[in-house]
Amino acid sequence: MAALDRVQISKVGKRYGSERALASVTLELTARSMCAVLGHNGAGKSTLLGIVSTLVRPTGGSVAYHAKGHAVTGADVRREIGMLAHASLCYADLTARENLALIAGLYDIDGSPAVIDGLLDQVGLDRRARDRAARTYSRGMVQRLALARALLTRPSLLLLDEPFTGLDRDGALSLGAQLGALRDAGAIVVVVTHDLEAIADRTDHVAILRRGQLVFEERGTYTYDQLKDVYHRHAN
Amino acid sequence: MAMFRQAARVAWKDLRIELRSREIVYTMVFFGALLVVIYSFAFPHEPRAVRGSVPGMLWVALAFTGTIGLGRAFDRERENDTMRALLLAPVPRLAVFLGKAMSTTALVLAVAVVCTPLLALFLDAPLFAYPGPMILIVVLGAIGISVTGSVFAATLLKVRSRDVLLPVILYPLLVPLFVAGTSCTAALVAEIPNFDAAWYWIHFLGIYDAAFLVLSIWVFESLVIE
Repeated sequence: MAALDRVQISKVGKRYGSERALASVTLELTARSMCAVLGHNGAGKSTLLGIVSTLVRPTGGSVAYHAKGHAVTGADVRREIGMLAHASLCYADLTARENLALIAGLYDIDGSPAVIDGLLDQVGLDRRARDRAARTYSRGMVQRLALARALLTRPSLLLLDEPFTGLDRDGALSLGAQLGALRDAGAIVVVVTHDLEAIADRTDHVAILRRGQLVFEERGTYTYDQLKDVYHRHAN
Repeated sequence: MAMFRQAARVAWKDLRIELRSREIVYTMVFFGALLVVIYSFAFPHEPRAVRGSVPGMLWVALAFTGTIGLGRAFDRERENDTMRALLLAPVPRLAVFLGKAMSTTALVLAVAVVCTPLLALFLDAPLFAYPGPMILIVVLGAIGISVTGSVFAATLLKVRSRDVLLPVILYPLLVPLFVAGTSCTAALVAEIPNFDAAWYWIHFLGIYDAAFLVLSIWVFESLVIE
């Protein structure tokens, strides 16, 4: 299956009962870009990510996925999605290696010890912790495992919800650099975050949501100060 | 075939976690054994009365312990939102459902393996007089409880009062299963066993399982996506 190179979000809305979480959001995500989705708590960022991940059904509008000009649907889309959510999406009673081997099996990809260890090295998960149940991990270690889980499948659409949570400053900056590398390798990276410093100079597409509405969208590279400025001007 | 391989992978993952923690199976078996002990004190041991009441005892034990197992098995998927990881995988979502149903069936059968001999022992009930049809009806019952229960347990995953709602929604749907299970067991433990009735109820339960399996496969995906 070819990698996704364009995701078209058209007039997407979502209501939870009488509560409106998103209202008519239109956004185009393209390959080799890192889109930062910003906004205050409750602005609809996670809901938007959930909809793009296919795990939340929009109440209005649609999301279309494309690869080399062809529409992609169903399991072929899910195969291309890597997700790092608020929760780790990993089993607390399994070890890091077992968690990744399970995912490799479900995605029918190489889950050999060499591949898994290589990835765990890449995200910086301590070697001594890899055969311990994930339940015993610190918040930062869980976050590294969750990132390894998201990267294992070599996704072309990487959705990250607060990926810097629990990481120390070095870890956050290193993750920012890894996301930049993935973007440069051709992936569509979408980051929901409040940590503007970690994504400054790396993001090339900024979307700001306020109370479920897209109030700002622009492509371009942003310094930390520029990001802070647009955030304060539009998110409040 | 690929779908069944992935379903087996999901089921094995559940059983592997359970073999490690033994949290659900111990709770279920302990509760099931406790019910049997209570029955043995609460009901008369006179053979005729035992033949009349033991089918109900067995199936109530399976239903109650099955609900505990279902609730906990799906609670585990809630802990780190792992259900999302399963639903995000490029496997048919049906494989996720079948895997969860298979692992729950194994847990319900584990309870049956403990509770049935205990009932036979404590109440001197002739539950093993005809082991073939007895095993068949228990296996079909365990499949029915797991298949029907897995759909609702998955649907209620994000609902706060799911522990209360699961039995309230599930038990009415399981009434035909209990009727078939108790009637078949009663036919087998009767003084003069009625094999025609037993086979009728076994067929009935087979059709019930098949019907709910098809229905569950049909609605699972639409119920679990938010």
